[in-house]
Amino acid sequence: MSIVIDRRLNDRNKSAVNRERFLRRYKEQIRKSVGDLISKRSITDMDRGGDVNIPSKDISEPTFHHGNGGDREMVLPGNRKFNRGDKLKRPDGGGGGGNGSGDGEGGGDDSSDDFVFSLSREEFMNLFFDDLELPHLIRNAIGDVREFKMQRAGYTPSGVPANLSVTRSLRQAMARRIAIGAPLRRQMRELQAAEVPADEEIAELQRRLDRIPFLDDFDLRYRHRVKVPMPISRAVMFCLMDVSASMTEQKKDLAKRFFTLLYLFLSRKYQRVELVFIRHTDNAQEVDEQGFFHDQQSGGTVVLSALKLMHEIAVARYPSDAWNIYGAQVSDGDAFGADPEKSRAFLNEQLLPLSRYFAYIEVPDDPMRTSPLSYAYQRIDSDKFAMSTVAGKGEVYPVLRELFKREAA
Amino acid sequence: MNALQPTSGPLSTGAEWNFELLETYDHAIADIALNEYHLDIYPNQIEVIASEQMLDAYASLGLPIGYPHWSYGKEFIRNEQMYRKGQRGLAYEIVINSNPCIAYLMEENSLPMQALVIAHACYGHNSFFKGNYLFKQWTNADAIIDYMVFARNFVMKCEERYGHGAVEDVLDSCHALMSHGVDRYRQPTPLSADEERLRQREREDYAWKQYDEIWRTLPSRNAGAGDKRGNEPNYPPEPQENLLYFVEKHAPKLEPWQREIVRIVRKMAQYFYPQGLTKVMNEGWATFWHYTLLNRLYDKGQVDDGFMLEVLTSHTNVVTQRGFDQRGYGGINPYALGFAMMTDIRRICENPTDEDRDWFPDIAGGDWLKVLDFAMRNYKDESFIGQFLSPRLIREFHLFAIADHARDEHLLVDSIHNEQGYRRVRQLLSQQYNRDGLVPDIQVTRYDHRGDRSLTLTHRRHRGRPLDDSASEVMKHLARLWGFTVRLQTQDDSGKVVDQQETRA
Repeated sequence: MSIVIDRRLNDRNKSAVNRERFLRRYKEQIRKSVGDLISKRSITDMDRGGDVNIPSKDISEPTFHHGNGGDREMVLPGNRKFNRGDKLKRPDGGGGGGNGSGDGEGGGDDSSDDFVFSLSREEFMNLFFDDLELPHLIRNAIGDVREFKMQRAGYTPSGVPANLSVTRSLRQAMARRIAIGAPLRRQMRELQAAEVPADEEIAELQRRLDRIPFLDDFDLRYRHRVKVPMPISRAVMFCLMDVSASMTEQKKDLAKRFFTLLYLFLSRKYQRVELVFIRHTDNAQEVDEQGFFHDQQSGGTVVLSALKLMHEIAVARYPSDAWNIYGAQVSDGDAFGADPEKSRAFLNEQLLPLSRYFAYIEVPDDPMRTSPLSYAYQRIDSDKFAMSTVAGKGEVYPVLRELFKREAA
Repeated sequence: MNALQPTSGPLSTGAEWNFELLETYDHAIADIALNEYHLDIYPNQIEVIASEQMLDAYASLGLPIGYPHWSYGKEFIRNEQMYRKGQRGLAYEIVINSNPCIAYLMEENSLPMQALVIAHACYGHNSFFKGNYLFKQWTNADAIIDYMVFARNFVMKCEERYGHGAVEDVLDSCHALMSHGVDRYRQPTPLSADEERLRQREREDYAWKQYDEIWRTLPSRNAGAGDKRGNEPNYPPEPQENLLYFVEKHAPKLEPWQREIVRIVRKMAQYFYPQGLTKVMNEGWATFWHYTLLNRLYDKGQVDDGFMLEVLTSHTNVVTQRGFDQRGYGGINPYALGFAMMTDIRRICENPTDEDRDWFPDIAGGDWLKVLDFAMRNYKDESFIGQFLSPRLIREFHLFAIADHARDEHLLVDSIHNEQGYRRVRQLLSQQYNRDGLVPDIQVTRYDHRGDRSLTLTHRRHRGRPLDDSASEVMKHLARLWGFTVRLQTQDDSGKVVDQQETRA
């Protein structure tokens, strides 16, 4: 009468499409939540999933139902002390009473809390990229697709004709012929050594020996190739930031996204990426990430000091023949006197020859004005250098466009 | 009743299950259920699934197939999150009211649990689906799966043609009105996916044939037509309580495909309608039977003590009723109440006390199997409780009634589990399961189909209970479907209009 069916191997992700729809519908709220996460996270920690909060009221589905008020009776279980006619204080929070327990099966409604759920790494990264308005090609370039190269890995008995290894196959065939023929030949030798050679038997043996094929299907050997991840080397990424008082939290957030994007790119490309954080006011310091983004400093602005420190560190710790050096600089562009000009010269003559790429973004108070620093930097003519003035998150990517374009091609 | 038959010891030992064992147990349980207790069931289709699949099934309201919609994604994420954090275990089973009756078993469960689920779902729920008058009347077990396949394909085709957004809008709006998309008095025509498809295509073809470009270019003739109005009869002549039905048939602006989607949601609401009305009975019936069937297995020596202990542990967890002031209280547990009532009916039949003879003269001392079968077939929660809740159970559950009246400053204890209170508590509890008390009474009262095409709904306020704030959101959804102005009037108990809100499309 009953049929038992094993459905465990059926598709397990039937709800994936609905889940994806939910995410799409509440993209705005989720994005906001992701924004909070980004600001809290370390750059190196960026590419994993995370928990997202959405206020429950935003996602509730309305229906007609009764609100508080009016007359009603409720039956509840577990009376221990009440008697008929007792008066009870109304519980706080309106005339509901008994936590809506009167609604029959409607209890257990915990809708007051935020709706919290986890985003997978892919979903998180996609939202991050959406914010930066990253083109899809680039997403792939720094997303999950790693580059592979085919590498020889011995021989295999099956394959395509193009991969046939002739010497291997013949060697295999020879071994087989020797192995299969050996007992026959031994027998033949014995017969031949006999006083009266049995010609017929010898002829028979010879025929059998002749029947051993020269090359058989299972002799064939093909060159075996396996995919191995591209040999990857190491890179160091210098994050330079002006932390004088004029850099607001919002500018720093922009900076962080910029650094993160570059980091993500590099960490796909290189097996090992080290980060060096250099902050500067009128002198430069190497600090950790926490201090880089969160400590407030006051003082003037000398850009050159940071560039010099970067150069020092690069020469001392990251020789350019062993490391790929990337530089990323964020500033509001205020520089005084001879500093911009000197910085430009130093960057152009000392740093760029060492570096693979150097990107500069400016986060000015007034996007219309050309700052002294960008005025100077504009005259750098090198395909290793890119700069841009950025006011919103969507403008971060174009700075790195050249870099990505080159690497994705 | 059969005599104890000598058997060759337990069917198996240990907690591991495999497919042969499932079948062995199913046979053993079927033997008892069908031959000793004469349960009438649909054929069973027992499907073993993994926990992720159970989560999937949860999200789609337990149906194995459904159209895509974000709200199911929300449900899925919510359940998954709670399950991952360990806040909630998964239900042991999901059973679908279809023919054959599909029951899901979870791979992770131990053998005793699987046997419990088989007894609970495949014999308990299954026989309830087949026997209860509401299910017989309102749902069509043969066709539901096919219909859902049709619905899914249709919705997905619409998404391709008209875009996700447009389809989602219609579905959102329909979902908001789902609780008011049920026929309660008229029996719906049986579903058939083939006929639905055919009918839908016919209507579309008809629309195509009728379409004539020339008519569109004619100047409209509405000038002067509006003057003759005034003494038209009200339309609809009778108030209509099935809002979705009214929208499907009369909404002036809906495209044919949108109407079809309204219809799909309406059919689903209709399908789930009896389940909401029989929660206590259905769960109580199934729980009673897994308890009775497995105990019988044990009495026959087909299962060992360890098996029974595990079954009883789960069983007691399921039928726990917490007091209103205890932690984890979530309303009256339908499993607990239903199971207690079913067991109590059996007790009243087998060992009636004087009190029982007083309260239940027709069933006290009767054949419990017949009485239970009769109750299962002919009642819903409201009437079942009104009829069969015994004073003894009211005492056991320590039930009491609280009156919450707007004009009083305090809540008043209306009645408790004593001689004067029994009838009143029983009546009030029965009322609590009355759908009219839960779902506000909102009906279509006027469609100005010759005028501005506005639609007027009337909410008849029951004992002064107002609508929740989300009503205005629902009205926006209705306005979106209707395409013209919609109004919501509120009448008090005497029929006087006390409030009116208007939503323009």
